[in-house]
Amino acid sequence: MNKKINRIWNWIDDRGGISNLLKPLKNHLVPPNVKWNYVWGSATLFCLALQVITGISLGFLYQPSADVAYQSLQYIEDQAFLGSFIRGLHNWGASGMIFLMGMHLVRVYLYAAYKYPREMSWISGVVLMGLTVVMAFTGQLLRWDNNGVWSAVVAAEQLGRIPFFGESISYFLLGGKTINGETLNRFFSMHVFLFPALLFLIVCYHLYLVFRNGISEPPKAGRLLDPKTYRIWYLNLLEKQGVPFFPDAIWRDAVFSLFVLIVLIILAFAIGAPTLTSPPDLTNVDANPKPDWYFTWIFAIFALMPRQLESYVMFLAPLIGGVFLFSIPFLSNRGERSPIRRPWAVAGIMFVVLSVGSLWYLGNRAAWHPRFNSAPLSEYNTIPNPSENVRRGIELFNTEGCIYCHKIGDNGGIRGPNLSEVQNRLTEQEIVIRIMNGAENMPAYASSLSKEDLDNIVVMLMSNKAK
Amino acid sequence: MKAMACECENRDSERTLTRRSFLSKLSFGIGAIMASAFSFPLIIALLDPVTRKTGKKWRKIGLTSDFDEGKVKLVTFKNASPYQWSGKIAESAAYIRREENNHFVAFSVNCSHLGCPVRWEEAPQLFMCPCHGGVYYKDGSRAAGPPPRGLYQYPLRIAGNFVEIQTDAIPITNINT
Repeated sequence: MNKKINRIWNWIDDRGGISNLLKPLKNHLVPPNVKWNYVWGSATLFCLALQVITGISLGFLYQPSADVAYQSLQYIEDQAFLGSFIRGLHNWGASGMIFLMGMHLVRVYLYAAYKYPREMSWISGVVLMGLTVVMAFTGQLLRWDNNGVWSAVVAAEQLGRIPFFGESISYFLLGGKTINGETLNRFFSMHVFLFPALLFLIVCYHLYLVFRNGISEPPKAGRLLDPKTYRIWYLNLLEKQGVPFFPDAIWRDAVFSLFVLIVLIILAFAIGAPTLTSPPDLTNVDANPKPDWYFTWIFAIFALMPRQLESYVMFLAPLIGGVFLFSIPFLSNRGERSPIRRPWAVAGIMFVVLSVGSLWYLGNRAAWHPRFNSAPLSEYNTIPNPSENVRRGIELFNTEGCIYCHKIGDNGGIRGPNLSEVQNRLTEQEIVIRIMNGAENMPAYASSLSKEDLDNIVVMLMSNKAK
Repeated sequence: MKAMACECENRDSERTLTRRSFLSKLSFGIGAIMASAFSFPLIIALLDPVTRKTGKKWRKIGLTSDFDEGKVKLVTFKNASPYQWSGKIAESAAYIRREENNHFVAFSVNCSHLGCPVRWEEAPQLFMCPCHGGVYYKDGSRAAGPPPRGLYQYPLRIAGNFVEIQTDAIPITNINT
């Protein structure tokens, strides 16, 4: 029996060249001490594979049509066997891919692996990062609920800031001048056919470069990279100390990918994909569009930017950021690679991580978002035994929208200052001026508030004792 | 054997080289033509929804008597030429404000900052955006927050007893605003 199987295998291998095809993988040598810091890229690739599998699965269940997509999502979520789990896994796989890609980028940058002769690995990697972000965004939109359609509008508005062609590009993205029956299908075709095809091609190229130029050896402080001698030096290193990629290095990739899979499965089961909001409806103005977590920091920038600059930032920042990323291997492609001797590189990464982290925190807090559903103030939690004027002031504070942005006690929004103890900071006159004239982020109430109402609010604020 | 040797010599003769250079140009040329031909259906399919003529249409949104003076009302209407499969998504919304002397204004619900839907708050007479906290006065002008300009407006007319709104594109704020 064994002999027979062996003969069949030999025939297939002889005519099919399977061993020859896989030989480079088996014989490929990698530098010694390629350890756990080298697993990020393969884990990103693993997530991509997971996205393909779960994506195809969802494709069998999802109806990419504007009028029924929402119902098919409900079906996936509530009725299809393990549908909710598959959707959860696709969602967390995307998050995992973005996160691991970020770690891969940071690792490559800190180890200066983009230097000679691996410049093209970096450049193709930046393209892959762009494509992955596009996939994340188009995917978020296929969650065709009210949040999804409004995200399409928000994206179109951002593209609208591109000089000269902005408007055309926006309408090109939406597939017409309004959101319509074509919009969802357009994003579906991009997310499922166009961008995956590009992603696949460039991933292949990115991997080919790994084989062609080899994995960058772990840097050593003081060992300078000289393009004139590097390739020969690297070949010597492999000859003397190299270990086969399979299995000496790949086992770590396998173990880490398994770990990633377990984490993603737990997240998919325990948390799942974002809950569907109300059905897609551009006439439902109660929407509160918010991006998925990986875009939350950009969402924060848009709220915090001085508005005179914002249009330029919206257009120039991605442009400058992109050009900068592409130019990194050309700014320096030789010399020191160790992060210990490249303090500015480390500082740069820390700066970016801290900035994005802080913006992310602010984006999640979304202080600028008016808290439309704040619990109203009552005399019980602010001013006990109020006079009639104060009672009216409390009521106005609730109905005039003050409470959406200002906190008193535990109730209210956080856009504007907390007014719990405003009587200790401002005089009565100053409060009146502020309410009447407004500020950069506060509307003026001069035209909508009667003298009497204004007085009542001010009396209430001045006698407020909430802690 | 002899014949083969002859062929080998021929392989590098000048004539063969000229011929080979011609053939490679020919192959590249045909490849380029086919590639552009293949990209043609992709490009037209991508552009079709964008370039198709939808025009603008006047849509009845109610009787003039449906709107109270000094009040703001949310109305919905169908876009110009929706596909048959568009369903609910082919509808847009607008805020209609009836001013004095039978004068009406139609505001787009899209915030001029990034297009999120603004909400009308009756008591303070303000439009408020949930996304980044943009605020507008009842006349549509910017009151607070990041919007670079006031709310966009739809063309509106009174035809007999009816108020009609003209369908329009989702307003896109450009860099010069």
